[in-house]
Amino acid sequence: MRAFRGNPAGQSSGLGSYPVPQAVITASSLTKKYKDFVAVDGISFEVAPGESFGLLGPNGAGKSTTMRMVGAVSTRTSGDLSILGLDPNDHGPEIRSQLGVVPQQDNLDQELRVRDNLIVYGRYFGIPARQVARRADELLEFAQLTDRAKSRVDDLSGGMKRRLTIARALVNDPRILLLDEPTTGLDPQARHILWDRLFRLKEQGTTLVLTTHYMDEAEQLCDRIVVVDKGAIMAEGSPAALIKQYSTREVVEVRFGSDRNAQVATQLDGIGERSEVLPDRILIYSDNGEAALTRIVERGLSPMTSLVRRSSLEDVFLRLTGRSLIE
Amino acid sequence: MTTTPAAPSTFTPPSRGRLLGSIYAGNSRAVLGRGLLATRTSNYWIILSGFFEPVFYLLSLGIGLGSLIHGVTTTTGQVVSYQAYIAPALLAVSAMNGAIYDSTWNVFFKMNYAKLYEGMLATSIGPFDVALGEIAFALLRGLLYAIGFMVVMQVFGLNLAWTALLALPAVLLIAFGFASLGMAVTSYMKTFQQMDWINFVMLPMFIFSATFYPITVYPQAIQYIIEVLPLWHGVELVRGLTTGSLSWGLLWHVLYFAVMITIGLIFTTKRLKALFLN
Repeated sequence: MRAFRGNPAGQSSGLGSYPVPQAVITASSLTKKYKDFVAVDGISFEVAPGESFGLLGPNGAGKSTTMRMVGAVSTRTSGDLSILGLDPNDHGPEIRSQLGVVPQQDNLDQELRVRDNLIVYGRYFGIPARQVARRADELLEFAQLTDRAKSRVDDLSGGMKRRLTIARALVNDPRILLLDEPTTGLDPQARHILWDRLFRLKEQGTTLVLTTHYMDEAEQLCDRIVVVDKGAIMAEGSPAALIKQYSTREVVEVRFGSDRNAQVATQLDGIGERSEVLPDRILIYSDNGEAALTRIVERGLSPMTSLVRRSSLEDVFLRLTGRSLIE
Repeated sequence: MTTTPAAPSTFTPPSRGRLLGSIYAGNSRAVLGRGLLATRTSNYWIILSGFFEPVFYLLSLGIGLGSLIHGVTTTTGQVVSYQAYIAPALLAVSAMNGAIYDSTWNVFFKMNYAKLYEGMLATSIGPFDVALGEIAFALLRGLLYAIGFMVVMQVFGLNLAWTALLALPAVLLIAFGFASLGMAVTSYMKTFQQMDWINFVMLPMFIFSATFYPITVYPQAIQYIIEVLPLWHGVELVRGLTTGSLSWGLLWHVLYFAVMITIGLIFTTKRLKALFLN
């Protein structure tokens, strides 16, 4: 099955090795309106086979609505959308049969045991019972839940439930896996286990489309992301390219106390390429963070705390929207 | 990955005619199968308890009140014992109760809290598959109660004619009708308070639908109202069959339930589509 097939020799999952990659998802001017509210406002993007594509944005940016339209469970208001060459308006069930969906909130079947969740879900796709039983065992292995096969769903930890949901999404051997905020609400350890599983899928050439408001997640998993805010795309590119384009190599974070930050900011002019004043801290963008910090101290300013770090997608988002990703 | 590469899957996505293509994948048995598997974790005693309600009515009213009443005239003019008069009505009620139980409260929970249908409809399954599968599952309980009750009737000698055998397909039809309409109505419910309206309708319908006495005791206007309600049709149909008071008029009751089933399926499907494929 596709999710478990290693790449045949001479064919990598990377974009470049496909002669003419035909997009598995093509959206153009995709729009979704609910009465007066515009959830998705004319966004356009393409996803190539084997690509790992991310929608990064804060809550309410229209990520989930976009995912629902791509998942053929929500009808677009206008624009064009093609999933695996088919229009979801006319071919919903055919498209859904080739997708794996990990929704934002787990909707596992609480009345069924862990393994039965996989089997029953496979049956929804019309997969023969014997085939789906074999598949379920493979997926339990993949999700590291083999020893929990007979457990109640309720008894699983948050991370385990999430892994089971991902395993369930793979039961029909999907051509595209859609993940809506796959690690939101998980503790760091559970997130890393999950990332590891998703990275394996990516390595095997599964097309991943994920939404997230965690920049580290996007950086870890995505070949290419679009930054969305208020239903529109703000920027597009690989995480590294976006950071290069919209931020400096490093950032200095300094805190002078909530009352003083704004006041001190005026005295930092000329240090770094630019700065952002947030309620709790000041960010100074510079290719050499340590040097910038030294200059701050030289001006006689003594921050309560200081941190020099690499730029992240958080900084890109801040630059593009003037707001933080997680508010 | 520790697993060996498996053979490519051999199943093909179902493709249907254009008309039903987006709402029906021909796979309602997967939904029904899920329901059956889920009963493994449910409490059998609770399921069983629903069966006893009409039995208690039969014992209390049939024996108690029945000792004071000597014969009741059915719609076709046949005079039968009081027990034989109310037993078929209670048979229809047991089918109704079983069907309503799963298609209302359980569906309400699955729809609003367990997010079950949301998960189902993210697969290649369509809303008509879900409607048909869930309704089929709900009617099974009604059928189960009814079969149990038929055995009780046989033991008490209340099946007066061989046509009582036909009461089985009849209760299947009745359970199907109630399950179908029950799920349709439930799909429009948003709160627990609204769900209580179902009970508010069910109880008077149970008492007044020629269950314990002929509706001819009412003024004509009230009779018309009762004849619009589904349980009266169920009671008359089953009573005709178990007492052997056959007439072509019974076919009207069959037609009534056929229409009820159709309406329920259409509205349930429409509603599932509106809720989960919007």
